Amino acid sequence: MASSHHQPTDGRPAPPRQPDAQPSLGEILRRNGVSRRGFLKFCAATASMMALPPSMAPAIAKTLETARRPSVIWLSFQECTGCTESLTRSFAPTVENLILDTISLDYHHTLQAAAGEAAEQAREAAMQANMGEYLVVVDGSLPGPGANPGYSTIAGVSNYDMLMDTVKGAAAVVAVGTCAAFGGLPKADPNPSGAVAVQDLVKDKPVINVSGCPPVPMVITGVLAQFLTFGKLPELDQYNRPRAFFGQAIHDRCYRRPFYDKGLFAESFDDEGAKKGWCLYRLGCKGPMTYNACATMKWNGGTSWPVEAGAPCLGCSEPDFWDAGGFYKALSVPPGKPGDTLLAAGAAGAAVGLAAGVMGRRKVKAAAKAHRTVTADELEQKL
Amino acid sequence: MTSLGDIPIKVEGGTSATDFGNALPVLSEVRHALARLIETGEPTQIDLGAMPFGPGDEERLMALLGNGEVNATIDALGPTRIRETAFGGVWVVEYLNADEQRVALHLEIDEVPQMLRAQRDDFTDALAAIDARLAPVSSNEPADGQRTD
Ligand code: SF4
Ligand code: SF4
Repeated sequence: MASSHHQPTDGRPAPPRQPDAQPSLGEILRRNGVSRRGFLKFCAATASMMALPPSMAPAIAKTLETARRPSVIWLSFQECTGCTESLTRSFAPTVENLILDTISLDYHHTLQAAAGEAAEQAREAAMQANMGEYLVVVDGSLPGPGANPGYSTIAGVSNYDMLMDTVKGAAAVVAVGTCAAFGGLPKADPNPSGAVAVQDLVKDKPVINVSGCPPVPMVITGVLAQFLTFGKLPELDQYNRPRAFFGQAIHDRCYRRPFYDKGLFAESFDDEGAKKGWCLYRLGCKGPMTYNACATMKWNGGTSWPVEAGAPCLGCSEPDFWDAGGFYKALSVPPGKPGDTLLAAGAAGAAVGLAAGVMGRRKVKAAAKAHRTVTADELEQKL
Repeated sequence: MTSLGDIPIKVEGGTSATDFGNALPVLSEVRHALARLIETGEPTQIDLGAMPFGPGDEERLMALLGNGEVNATIDALGPTRIRETAFGGVWVVEYLNADEQRVALHLEIDEVPQMLRAQRDDFTDALAAIDARLAPVSSNEPADGQRTD
């Protein structure tokens, strides 16, 4: 380390270098000219982003002051890049970029300048340097160990091998998007590439599922911020999704809910009910079985969300949502008589969710057995 | 058109979302927070981004809250706009990024919103900065040769 022994021109000896001492998040922000008020604002916005009450901002500030910069390796497998788009086109650049700037994104082959061997070397270098501590983010599903690996490879390495090799030294794995979390579109009936989800393969590391097609950008950054802030994994639901964002059904936070409770439904996309903003249940809304943050965090920087724009929820954050019946077909449980209580409606919602899950799983199994190809026309007819 | 927010949303009359909206429930939450501030001095912050607002709910709530005497803008990590409502002790705090897009919208029920207060850690830095200003003056004095001790 000869270079660290050079003398500054003013004759004073250089301060001893500590190769391991990375700057804390507080230091990085201050170096970027962020004042203490700015930092407080950052923490208030981060609290919102993590779906924590604003009173948590001082506690966040305290931990963030000393938080270290974690290394992140982002792997993209069978995906459409929508999840990365969702994250990078988010509408609150200052705060979310700060989060991105303060994590060290060492490998993301869509975003990084390096390609080919240089890129793969960057991944391996990051793994070596941060053994046991780095975070692996995955978007996209991947052909399982029994499937033909040729369906998806990077630099000649199968997705399966790359995932298993990369997670070996990881602290945790974050599966971003419904494809990585549950298999998503590639796994939909008849699953030609034998696609599986990350949690089907990674058994010895914690897997956090941030589902959605794509996930709400604030939810992606919120989960990363949470890891950055508290250095530990968030509380998860039965599908390994962080409860802070996936703890409530769309239906329970939907502003159209009072119409549902009164039995006021739009029956078509342009009838009187649709124009008056009534409930979209009969137009196929999957809100009652879908757990996601859309109804409060919304999309495009809080501008609106699908139900507010008059489109029924497709249930995109739930396992096998592609195979849970037609998007515009009403859920099979009757919406109940006008004036039904919240409790009854919630119970019905849970039952429907369960049914769809079981149905989805059964369909996938049957499809795997038959393994036949389907034309677009046939699909149309099925819907 | 400058932003997505400028696209007008027209909700037809009759049984509209405003009849069911969430503005009044939030106002009642504010009422309880204010009572708590009076009794125990405990401030409250309400994250309006976590409310299931439908079209028109935010406007309705803002109309209910009205305007007070204080308007302030803080320039740190993009602007933050603070406005007192018609109800003393109830503040609207809107956090914007450098492109003037909203990153968070809070209500604060407090004497002074957190962001408006000078930060304690800044006092020590400020003291050092003032000392630095004064230091060259005092150390230059003998060098001027004006003084004979
Ligand atoms: S069914 Fe859909 S539109 Fe209707 S209240 Fe539930 S989530 Fe909202
Ligand atoms: S409204 Fe439903 S389908 Fe649409 S993004 Fe949200 S969870 Fe997904």
